[in-house]
Amino acid sequence: MDLATFLIQCLNSLQYGLLLFLVASGLTLIFGIMGVINLAHGSFYMIGAYMAYALAPLVAGSIGGGFFTTLVVGLVLAVLLGYVLEWAFFSFLYEREHLQQVLMTYGLILVFEELRSLLVGDDVHGVKPPEILAGSLPLGELMTYPVYRLFISGVCLALALGMYLVFTRTRLGMMIRAGATNREMVQSLGVDIKFLYRVVFAAGVAIAVLAGMVAAPVSSVYPGMGNTVLIICFVVVVIGGIGSIRGALLAALLIGFVDTFGKVLLPQAAGVLVYVLMALILLWKPDGLFRAG
Amino acid sequence: MSPAEVLLRGRDISRRFGGLVAVNGVSIELQRGMVHAVIGTNGAGKSTLVNILSGETAPSGGSVELLGQDVTRWSQPRRARAGLGRSYQLNTIYPSFSVFENCRLAAQAATQKPWQWWRDAQRCEASTAAARAAAQRTGLDRVLDRTAGLLSHGQKRQLEIAMCLATAPQVLLLDEPLAGMGAEETERMLALLAELKAGHGILLVEHDMDAVFRIADRITVMVNGSVIACDAPEAVRANPQVQDAYLGGH
Amino acid sequence: MSGVPASRALFVLGAFALLTLFPLGAGSFGIDLITKVMIYAVFALSLELLVGSTGLVCFGQAAFFGLGAYATYWLTPADAAPSLAWLLPSCMALAAAYALFVGALSLRTKGVYFIMVTLAFAQMAYYVVHDTPLGGGTDGVYLNHKPVLGALLDLDKPLALYGFTLACLVGVFVFLALLLRSRFGRALAGIRVNERRMRATGFSTYPYKLAAFVISGAIAGLAGFLFAVKDGFVNPELLSWHLSGAVLIMIILGGLGHLRGALIGAFAFAMLQEFFKSEAVFGSFARHWLLGLGLAIIASVALLPRGLVGVPAQVRERLWGARGDAAAEVDDEPG
Repeated sequence: MDLATFLIQCLNSLQYGLLLFLVASGLTLIFGIMGVINLAHGSFYMIGAYMAYALAPLVAGSIGGGFFTTLVVGLVLAVLLGYVLEWAFFSFLYEREHLQQVLMTYGLILVFEELRSLLVGDDVHGVKPPEILAGSLPLGELMTYPVYRLFISGVCLALALGMYLVFTRTRLGMMIRAGATNREMVQSLGVDIKFLYRVVFAAGVAIAVLAGMVAAPVSSVYPGMGNTVLIICFVVVVIGGIGSIRGALLAALLIGFVDTFGKVLLPQAAGVLVYVLMALILLWKPDGLFRAG
Repeated sequence: MSPAEVLLRGRDISRRFGGLVAVNGVSIELQRGMVHAVIGTNGAGKSTLVNILSGETAPSGGSVELLGQDVTRWSQPRRARAGLGRSYQLNTIYPSFSVFENCRLAAQAATQKPWQWWRDAQRCEASTAAARAAAQRTGLDRVLDRTAGLLSHGQKRQLEIAMCLATAPQVLLLDEPLAGMGAEETERMLALLAELKAGHGILLVEHDMDAVFRIADRITVMVNGSVIACDAPEAVRANPQVQDAYLGGH
Repeated sequence: MSGVPASRALFVLGAFALLTLFPLGAGSFGIDLITKVMIYAVFALSLELLVGSTGLVCFGQAAFFGLGAYATYWLTPADAAPSLAWLLPSCMALAAAYALFVGALSLRTKGVYFIMVTLAFAQMAYYVVHDTPLGGGTDGVYLNHKPVLGALLDLDKPLALYGFTLACLVGVFVFLALLLRSRFGRALAGIRVNERRMRATGFSTYPYKLAAFVISGAIAGLAGFLFAVKDGFVNPELLSWHLSGAVLIMIILGGLGHLRGALIGAFAFAMLQEFFKSEAVFGSFARHWLLGLGLAIIASVALLPRGLVGVPAQVRERLWGARGDAAAEVDDEPG
């Protein structure tokens, strides 16, 4: 492998890892703060990707915008979806056992998959990146790297930074963190915990949907994509340690590299490598790389 | 008078959690026929110390000896099988099982035989007999068939002790056995502990000072992870450091 | 002290009697369907041991089922029908071996972690079978021969397979019923209810959990073997997490903590599937049967907290009000 190819694969690994991190942090957020394990989180990613495909012509036809307008519209819809879903469904899951949460959100996956099938069909689709991001940057003398992939990494980093700032520097973030550790006390301080949870949930959904929308031009849009990303996110959380954002980042990047280089060097074993990695880490550190708390 | 047999010994035990020192060089001895109480303010490190002695937490330094053997690296189940019984501050019973089954399952730990998959556990004489004995000792023999979760709080605390006794341990580590008990229940529990003293060594963590001074033969006082006194009750009561730190000038 | 309530024993005996008599009046479609339901029931029983009895929520049970099925394919020679006597135990052993591997690593984790890890390990097995030549391709492969037991039993014949499956189901049920009331089984129940107390009393809980995991894997492998023999065909979807989810739903639907819940749940799930897939009821919408199934899952978890097994009690409570201590279910009886 020459240097340029190596560099390309590194950038790809980074992009994939950061995207995984974004989706996984939505999952960890909802679990860490509300104690709900949400199997349907991958479905939000899928919904995001299908939105990028299906909304684009609608947006172009009605408001007259391109990729970025579609992104904004999609985000708004995602927040609405998250808000309604939390109110109608997820708020009933908070006090339930994990097993029940697992099964009810599994049922939700099936519902989402079939609704998507009814509304948009089961075909695989491609999505074009916007004109200004469709070019390539030169790498070395012979190779180039797609600008759009750098854009994805950029968006993920920006969002991660944004989340970090919100959590550590704003009052909202402080309330969220307090609500995670002591629900009753926060309530008795006059904070509307129901509203807080709804906001957090909507944010988690929006993050996953945005990740899906942004990833669509690169990963293409296909029916099983939500489930695939969900399970990899589980591996991220297991390796990184639940509740640890730092761990999730490290684990996501690790998986990004192992998976990307694995596909290049050992194509047949590529799907299995991530799980072998997980097995090895579990052998060494059963609680993940960074235990929370 | 010959020195009593030392059943449990902690040597220079310490435990750090990151920057926080929870237990700082604590040594403690428990002899047969003796009740040794550990008292201290909240956060003094008592629970951590008990967890280290029982095997649930690994110490950062120091060692634990049980019946003469170094058990510092032994897991909690292994220590339990070697004769260390433990009760918890919050009821650690099986709420959905009957009182009898609670005791029987606890007693089963001493005669496990898991490979006999065809034999009904209820027909195992060893565990059923030990269960009945333990229940009787703690005064629960009239409620054997009741679902444990439906017992009164005092009865649950008694069950907690019964499960400890079911494996016939030599050492009893009791974490606040009197927690949440009314006067009558406290008397019953103290009578039980006085009775149990004879064959066992009892290490007791308690907040009820009256009870402690009535029943303990020796008291260790902990403050901020260190031992500030370890003596007979009257000496402890008179100790000026203890008075300052804990008893509030009695 | 340990007698099983007469109503439960009667229910189970009645169910087995019905199953025995069923082929007399049923056509080949019915026999095929009920054979499938009985295989699901064995599969569900394997998970009930883990989830209902030991409290270990495993979301990767399909891996052991699928590996049992694939083992049937891998170990069946090309030229002659293999003997049941060695093929069946070998398939179970392979499934059990993977269960040993997965259990050894995942039982070090707890709670939600455990659910995720078991799911991930099942995916691992799925990808091995799906992507590598071991699996024979993503579309699946056909069995060369169906196993036989000398001249006595030819599992190629639907009626023989039905009878053999029924025998396996009864055998597994009786085995688990005995196991759960043995010392080992009571220890598992104790681990489920209060692992801390188990350890404080002197039980090393990890070996018990691992043993339960391996036994569960072996039984799931048995179900997989039967499934492979029934269809004569195996494909990677037998290891998919949708199947792991389905078997979990079966035992919840039937009622956790009761062996007969696994039977009821398997039957109910199979019927639900047939119902939602039926074009007679839904017309062309039937191809979206997963929607109906998904809604049914959500509804049953929300509305039937104790599963179908708990329905009589739920109805009683509604009509006559809860009766306090006497009505509290003492958890001692398996089955």
